[in-house]
Amino acid sequence: MTIETVVPALRMMGATKRFGAVVALDGVDLEVAHGEVLAILGDNGAGKSTLIKCISGVHRLDAGSIELDGKPVSITSPAIARGLGVETVYQDLALFDNLDPAANFYAGRELASPKWLPLGMRVVRRGAMNDETIATLKRLEVRLPDPRAHVGLMSGGQRQAVAVARAAAFASRVVILDEPTAALGLRESRGVLDLIIRLRDAGHALIVISHAMDHVMEVANRAIVMRRGRKVGEAVPDRDNQQRIVSLIVGTDM
Amino acid sequence: MRVPGDPADGAVDGAPAEVVAPGPPTSESGQLSGPRTAAPRSYSALRVALTLMRIGPGLMLLVLVLAMKFLSDKFLTTGNIGNVLDQTATISLLSIGMLLVILTRGIDLSVGSTVALAAVVGAMAYHHIHSGVVIILVMLLVGLAAGAVNGLVYVYGRIPHPFIVTLATMGVIRGLALWLTTGEPKQGMPSLVRTIGTGRLDWLPKSAFLVVGVALVAAFACSRVVWGRWIYAVGGNPEGARRTGIPVGRVLVSVYALSGLCAGIAGVVLAGQLNAGTPTSGDGAELDAIAAVVIGGASFLGGRGNVGNALIGALMIGVIRNGMNLLDVNAYLQPIVIGVVIVVAVEIDVLRRWIENRFRTLESART
Repeated sequence: MTIETVVPALRMMGATKRFGAVVALDGVDLEVAHGEVLAILGDNGAGKSTLIKCISGVHRLDAGSIELDGKPVSITSPAIARGLGVETVYQDLALFDNLDPAANFYAGRELASPKWLPLGMRVVRRGAMNDETIATLKRLEVRLPDPRAHVGLMSGGQRQAVAVARAAAFASRVVILDEPTAALGLRESRGVLDLIIRLRDAGHALIVISHAMDHVMEVANRAIVMRRGRKVGEAVPDRDNQQRIVSLIVGTDM
Repeated sequence: MRVPGDPADGAVDGAPAEVVAPGPPTSESGQLSGPRTAAPRSYSALRVALTLMRIGPGLMLLVLVLAMKFLSDKFLTTGNIGNVLDQTATISLLSIGMLLVILTRGIDLSVGSTVALAAVVGAMAYHHIHSGVVIILVMLLVGLAAGAVNGLVYVYGRIPHPFIVTLATMGVIRGLALWLTTGEPKQGMPSLVRTIGTGRLDWLPKSAFLVVGVALVAAFACSRVVWGRWIYAVGGNPEGARRTGIPVGRVLVSVYALSGLCAGIAGVVLAGQLNAGTPTSGDGAELDAIAAVVIGGASFLGGRGNVGNALIGALMIGVIRNGMNLLDVNAYLQPIVIGVVIVVAVEIDVLRRWIENRFRTLESART
């Protein structure tokens, strides 16, 4: 991989986060380029979720820096992260079951007018939001039986596809996926993995947390392994070093 | 299904990673029952059932009205319809505000007391100021303020559930109304207020126009204004709303403030009807409003319901009471009948959720 030659979409240096006496992140460095999938591996409690929550603005870093496309940024809230082009799909599916895909796509950033009013007071442009959403779903080859039904009526795979498509539609820089296939069956995982590959090939930078090693090997260009809040290794995941990666995750010395 | 109040973030380290995500019931049940679902026919049957449920409250009202028409000659006369509308005006207004609150998974027990306080303060102000417009503004302001206090204490006092806040303010506000008047009604209301309360345009009560006006504004706000869409988002998934940058706290404060404002408007109507500010008025009205919203198909789990159906719920309560009076049924039976209707309405909501689950199962079997 010759990632060093281009400016990475995201670079994180010395990321540190404490919760009281617990050091959840301890000087983690990582970077991910456009058109690349970076997998974050690690056992439960290794700090993976904390790491992505620091990127997506849910947590603030205690120390360390984040650069987006080479520019240092300070991500202090989810809204700021989204404004900077960083979109996150949380594993607990932060979808609104009672709303349709269009309303889910644009929640908190509705297309509305007139512009001189504060966002909350504007009148939504439902037609425009629907058209945009359906166009995005079509572009990403996400097929839904009824793209105007509320997402509560959709299967787990369809909902995950909607969540990923929503992130991809708005992420100009980085898409973060937390356990994108954990809740899905075999066929449904397949659909989501294909979607991830399409996003990667379209030039998105993606960070994926996953426990499913075969999924990681299939979509990830690189993987970093975390243990107890520290980055303990980095590898190109493939069949040959699968054993080494697993032992890095569980912490047995080789 | 998402659980209300999902543990927000699993505080320390990657805790959530070890929990099986809350989503899986869907896909798991999908896998389990996938092979034995005969998809297409039951699929469209479920679709029809869901549509029926969406218009269910309207159908129920229609059936009720038709039944009453056969049981009593007097029911469908203009005079009687006017009476029903007149008697349901306050419940209707309260139910519009209550709907907004219930959409966010909340509840507002204080609105009945607020109706009384608004009327009482209006009547007291009338002893000093005679402008009807000013008196109305005073009453609306009292309602808005009471509601805003509910919202602010709930959100910024970090009180676990609005039931507790509004239970407390229900007592406080009622107490204020009683204390200010030493328990006696304050007679007299400006003619404008009396007109709103008792005026008729031919046989139609003027208060009905007020209700329709408020409902239209609320319906537009809920379906077309961004803030209204946020109310649904907050009710559907509060944590998700927070993560998408929706100002959840302010949305919550606003729905209680608006519920209080609706109570203020209802106070104007009630004060006009009684030509007085009565500290005991509106007693139990909050429960009627909650009943109306629930009968109108709104879900206590938040995010579902609409203004039109809430009004239909209020009308249903009005029609049941009026009809039982016309039929000379013992008045003590009314709360029993309404209670049964509430349970039926909630059962329909439960059934809807079950059907939606089946729907998801079929969905994952199909694709």
